[in-house]
Amino acid sequence: MLAVILAILIVPLAVAVASFLVPARVAAVITIASGVACFGLVLALVPDATGAAPVYLSYLRADALSCVFLLATAFLYAAVAVYAAGYLKGRTDRYARRFYLGFNVFAWAMLAAPLMSSLALLWIAIEVTTVVSALLVAIEDTDGAAEASWKYVLIASAGLGLALLATIFAYYAGAQVLGAHSNLAIQPLISAGSRLPKTPVRLAFLLAVLGYGTKVGLVPVHTWLPDAHSEAPTPVSALLSGALLATSFYAILRFYQVAGATLGSGFPRGTLLVFGIASLLLASLCVFGQRDIKRLLAYSSVEHMGILAIGVSFGAPIALAGVLLHVLAHAAAKGNAFMGAGVFTVKYGTKQMSAMRDGLRLLPWSGPLFLLSVFALSALPPSGIFRSEFEIVAGGIGSGDYAAAAVLVILVTIAFFGLATSTTSVLLAPVPAAKAPAETAATEKIPVEIAASGAGAARGAHGNGGAPAARGTVAMQARGRAGGALAPGEPSAWMVVPVLAGLAVLVLLGVHPPGELSNLITQAAAQLRGAP
Amino acid sequence: MNPAPGVYQGAADVIAALMLLLEFGMLRQALVRDQVRLYAAQSAMISVLAVVIAADRNLPDLYALAALSAALKVFAVPLVLRRLLGPPAVEETRGVAGSYTLSPASAVLASIVLAAFGFFCFGSLGIHGADVPALALSVAGAMVFVAFALMIVRRDVASQAIGFFSLENAVSLAALVLAAELPLLLETAFLFDLLLAVVVFGMLIRAHHSRSESLSTADLTRLRG
Repeated sequence: MLAVILAILIVPLAVAVASFLVPARVAAVITIASGVACFGLVLALVPDATGAAPVYLSYLRADALSCVFLLATAFLYAAVAVYAAGYLKGRTDRYARRFYLGFNVFAWAMLAAPLMSSLALLWIAIEVTTVVSALLVAIEDTDGAAEASWKYVLIASAGLGLALLATIFAYYAGAQVLGAHSNLAIQPLISAGSRLPKTPVRLAFLLAVLGYGTKVGLVPVHTWLPDAHSEAPTPVSALLSGALLATSFYAILRFYQVAGATLGSGFPRGTLLVFGIASLLLASLCVFGQRDIKRLLAYSSVEHMGILAIGVSFGAPIALAGVLLHVLAHAAAKGNAFMGAGVFTVKYGTKQMSAMRDGLRLLPWSGPLFLLSVFALSALPPSGIFRSEFEIVAGGIGSGDYAAAAVLVILVTIAFFGLATSTTSVLLAPVPAAKAPAETAATEKIPVEIAASGAGAARGAHGNGGAPAARGTVAMQARGRAGGALAPGEPSAWMVVPVLAGLAVLVLLGVHPPGELSNLITQAAAQLRGAP
Repeated sequence: MNPAPGVYQGAADVIAALMLLLEFGMLRQALVRDQVRLYAAQSAMISVLAVVIAADRNLPDLYALAALSAALKVFAVPLVLRRLLGPPAVEETRGVAGSYTLSPASAVLASIVLAAFGFFCFGSLGIHGADVPALALSVAGAMVFVAFALMIVRRDVASQAIGFFSLENAVSLAALVLAAELPLLLETAFLFDLLLAVVVFGMLIRAHHSRSESLSTADLTRLRG
């Protein structure tokens, strides 16, 4: 097991360094190889992780809970690496090498976080994800990207300052029982739970929810999220939304375990319920009226993080299993949705949904796949998200939290309508006939201008949403167009294949999760309920 | 009647109070260059406190930590920030000087209220003991709130970055008070992480300046959360 853990920690980092030194095409290939290798390595960890999890080299440990989050991150790392090969076509070699350097380090930090046996190293790994991903958000070098990355790094770093304070209080609590030289190892803290002083643990948990919650995107500390997700390059948006938010939620779960062991489940569950309901409420309302397709999906991420928090607050075994399944299904579904949205932004040269029409015809593969991904994201069967949300609601009803379960169902339904309304208009609505000549000219002007004069022309014309999507897609736009009208066709097969894989995973998770995975989830849910 | 505090407790309380005063100084200063100086002084206080604790509790690791912390926060970070700001005369033209969202007096008054709130919140936790100067911990709580205020009331990227760095100083104060015996490896990792954050903040500040010829955040209004 140690060899596998070390390989997971070494491979992406080595590939990151190599990516910066080799041509972009080679960087793309080795990044895909790294993603696939990491996913395979994490799969190899699963059988061992369902048993007792020893600590290696003082600071490394992979138990069932870690493995659930590792699976989500590794799958998305592999899928998005394939997608990025298509997305980056037409970019300069320098840009692509910088992208792959940051992309691999980002993936490495997210894979490292769940493997840390100590709350201190967990904090460090998550801080590394922040600084690296802030640079990736800024990599587009547009006004919007610069603004979003500054807000992100400032707000997330401030949040992580609070998370560090939480870690310090956890150390203080642990030191009272385990001795002054304890290294904040998670398992000893949980084992000593009932003997830990209550006040520092309570404060540590609150600060952790607030601090790491900033990275998770829990309301009211979510404000960086829609900006960063919408302004980042699409492969980064997919990783941010599908993997980073979950990794940060993992940190909250570790504090939840300690708090649960010390304080009982009432206080931590109540805290998560408040943040979860607030997040779900705001997000389900905000999906209405969004004009930027990536902001729409970003608010959907806030919604799903709220669902996770509410699911944990129910505390029932089936709800906790649903939460962990939701982590995996959301990674696949949100990754898919962002990758699909990325194809649309490439095709239309804008992120504004009002300029996207007739997607099913113009994108014969990506159109239907995006529709299916959004339906999967909205918990329609047979998606894994349907199964996970069903389990969460069942857990809520089973544990007697009828009101919260009802609120969850209502708000998820509202969010579904918001998502469905926006995306179906993009996919199904034809360009209005009466307005076709003038409006088509206005809409179609985006890629023409970009093709003619680069992203600078589009930046002013489209304000919030136009430029970033357009910058690197000039070549693809030119390929997708014929004489001023968009011709049906896909920008790149590389951008379709990972979405197909994601849908296959979603159906698998929804219809019949593999036995090993079910065991893993059951074991991880038991850990959240206090099992070692 | 409470016994008189020992050398360690007394020193910790005095240093914490001085750090809070320096934090208010940063809030009040119009020029970022002066804020950087105050930040360096505040960071030096942290190193002094680490040395005091190391001597009092016989923790040799803390000497190394004090040296590392001083090298990074007293010298390296201020140096990087000064280089980003350029000569003093340029600061005015970069939209940095006096970039308050509130008037300085209102900002200080609001921060006093926040500091009092933080002080009494942390004070009411009842976390105290022979090795834990409760007053210093309460002051660390007050500093956290004032650091947030600094990030909020100033509309330039340099001051906001300094606000974040001083937040980190507040957390360091709490760490020294509560967790002085945390293994050196982890403490060093925390510092390394801060270094990484400083580099990224510096890169983003430079990127912002190269785009807008200003360090002001007044024009960062296109994205609305």
